[in-house]
Amino acid sequence: MKSWADISWTRAVVSENLKIAESAYLLKFPRTFDFQAGQVVALGTDPDLAPRLYSIASGEQDPFVDILFTEKSGGSLTPMLSRLKPGDSLMVSKPFGTFTKIQPGSVLVAAGTGLAPFMSVLKSGKARGATVIHGASYPEFFYFDEYLEETLKEKYLRCCSRVAGGDWFHGRVTAFIEQWKGLDPGRKHYLCGSAEMVVQTRDRLISRGVPFKNIDAEIFF
Amino acid sequence: MPETGKPNVLKPLFGMTLEELSALVKEEGLPGFTARQIADWLYRKEIREISEMTNLPVRAREMLSEKYRFGTSEPVKVSASADGTRKYLFGAGNMKFIETAYIPDRDRATLCVSSQVGCKMGCLFCMTGKQGFQGNLTAGEIVNQLCSIPEWHQVTNIVYMGMGEPFDNLEQVLKSLEILTAPWGMAMSPRRITVSTIGIIPGMREFLEKSQCHLAVSLHTPFDAERRNLMPVQNVYPVQEVVDEIRRHDFSGQRRVSFEYIMFDGLNDTPDHVKELARMLHGLPCRVNLIRFHPIPGTPLTGTPDQRITEFRDALTAKGVFTTIRASRGLDIQAACGLLSTMN
Ligand SMILES: Cc1cc2nc3c(=O)[nH]c(=O)nc-3n(C[C@H](O)[C@H](O)[C@H](O)COP(=O)(O)OP(=O)(O)OC[C@H]3O[C@@H](n4cnc5c(N)ncnc54)[C@H](O)[C@@H]3O)c2cc1C
Ligand code: SF4
Repeated sequence: MKSWADISWTRAVVSENLKIAESAYLLKFPRTFDFQAGQVVALGTDPDLAPRLYSIASGEQDPFVDILFTEKSGGSLTPMLSRLKPGDSLMVSKPFGTFTKIQPGSVLVAAGTGLAPFMSVLKSGKARGATVIHGASYPEFFYFDEYLEETLKEKYLRCCSRVAGGDWFHGRVTAFIEQWKGLDPGRKHYLCGSAEMVVQTRDRLISRGVPFKNIDAEIFF
Repeated sequence: MPETGKPNVLKPLFGMTLEELSALVKEEGLPGFTARQIADWLYRKEIREISEMTNLPVRAREMLSEKYRFGTSEPVKVSASADGTRKYLFGAGNMKFIETAYIPDRDRATLCVSSQVGCKMGCLFCMTGKQGFQGNLTAGEIVNQLCSIPEWHQVTNIVYMGMGEPFDNLEQVLKSLEILTAPWGMAMSPRRITVSTIGIIPGMREFLEKSQCHLAVSLHTPFDAERRNLMPVQNVYPVQEVVDEIRRHDFSGQRRVSFEYIMFDGLNDTPDHVKELARMLHGLPCRVNLIRFHPIPGTPLTGTPDQRITEFRDALTAKGVFTTIRASRGLDIQAACGLLSTMN
C-alpha cells in the first residue's frame, strides 16, 4: 500500500501494546467498526509514511481490535509500532480483504504471525472442528498457545524448527506436512504466512494429494 | 560485474534521475548543466566508465570516480532459443540473479524485464513464485537489463513481465519508467512500454496517475473462489475491485489496458468463463490476451489444447471483447511466460 491519501482511515487510541515474545507485540485499540474474521487493516503512525497491512487477530464481537506483529529491524513501520504506548494515536484504515470464507472443519496452517487471521476466525466462533498447525522457530513464538490448547485440544499441532524436546514436532511446517498421518485431502486447507512458507506448504500438500482447489492462502507480502 | 578496479561500495550513477543527478552535481560543486551531460552519457551512449565522459573536465571525472561508479553490469549468461529468443541472466548482488528475455519478431523486438529478485505473490502457475522473494531491483538494475544487452538498439518494446510484481516495487519501477521515457533519458515513447501486474490496487493507482505507459493485468479467471486458489493476492485485492479501479481511469485514448489470461484445461476455459469475462469487462476499451500454459515442475495444472483456445477467443470476440492469442516464445530455453526463475 503506497499512500494514505486515497484510502479512508480514522485515528485510534492505543489501549495496550504488549511485548509477548522477543520482537513480537500484541497491539490493542477499541473496535469502532464491524469486520469479518480474516480481514486486514492498514496501519500507520505518520501520514507521510506508507501504510502497511495487518490481519486482525481478535474476534468479530470483541470490544478491542488485536494486532499481532513482529518488529523488523530496519523496517519502516514496525519499529514505530513497537514503541506505541497506551494513549498514543494510530492511523487505521477500514477493514478489507476476503480471506474470510474459512469453512468449518478446515485445516489452518500458519507460520509466525500468520496465525493472526486464524485467531480471529476461532475467536469469532467460525471455525468449528478446525485443526490448527502452527510453525515457529522457537517455542516462545507459539503465540496464544494456552488459548489454542484449551480450545482445540488435540487439534492444535505445533512445529518448532529450532528446538526439539517439547510436545511439538521438531522441524518446519513443511516437514510436518510431509509425514502427517492425519492429512485428509478432502478437507479445506488455509495457509497464512510468508510467501516462502505458503508456496512450500502448498507444494507439499499438493504432492500429498490435496487438490489445489482445497487450498486457499493469504500471503504477508 | 563491477567495472574494472571499481569496488561495489561506490554508488552507481546509472539509475539516477535528472533530479538526483542535479542534486549530486550541486553537492560536488559542479556546474548545473553537468547533470544533463552525465544523463546523456548514462542513458544515450555506449560507454561504461566515468573516465569516458569526455565532455566533462578531467578533474570532474576524477572527483566523480572517487565516490561513484558508472553502474551498469554485463549479463553473466545468455541462452539462445531456436526461435531467436534470448534469455539473459544478470547478477543482482550477493549471489542473486535475475532473468531478462529478448524476443525478436518480424517488425518489432520486445524485451521482457524483471522488477524483483523472485516474487512474494506465490501464484500457483509461476516458476518465479516458487522461488520466493529475495529482494527488490533498483531502477538502475531494471534499466540495465536493456542497456547491457547487445540488442539494446533493436529493442522496440519493453514489457515488465519478467520476475517479480512491479507494483510491489513501485518506487524503483516508476523511477525506471522515468529514465526510459524522459527526454533527458532514453526518450522512449510510453506507448512502447507495458507494465504488468496481478492487481496491487494502491500501486496500480499511483502508476496510472504518474505514468503514461500501458497496463496489463493478470486476470486468469473472473471467478473469486477460483482466482483465490490460483493467486493468493485475490484475498487482498479481488479482481473485480481491480477492474473497478481501472474503470476510473481513461483508456479511450492512446493508453491501453490488456488482461492476460493463461488458459488452464478444464479450469478457466468454459462457456461460463466467457460469459463472466464479457460481463466483467463490458464497455471497457481493452484487450484480452490468451496465453498457453507451459507446465512447471510439480504443478497440478495443465494447459488448454490449442483448438479450444481458438474457440475461447472466438466466443469472447463474439461477445464484443477484443481477444488475441499470444505466441509462445523461447520455450526451449524456459523463457516463456511464467517460466523465468533462477532457482536451481
Ligand atoms: C495481507 C497482509 C497481511 C499482513 N498481516 C500481518 C500481520 O498480521 N502481522 C505482521 O507482523 N505482518 C503482517 N503483514 C506484513 C506487514 O504488512 C509488513 O510488511 C511488515 O510488518 C513489515 O513492515 P515494516 O514497514 O516494518 O518493514 P519494511 O520496511 O516493509 O521491510 C523491512 C525489511 O524486510 C524486507 N521485507 C519486507 N517484506 C518482506 C518479505 N515479505 N519477504 C522478505 N523480506 C521482506 C524489506 O526488504 C526490508 O529489508 C501483512 C502483510 C499483508 C500483505
Ligand atoms: S505470476 Fe508474477 S506476481 Fe505471480 S508469482 Fe509469478 S512473478 Fe509473481
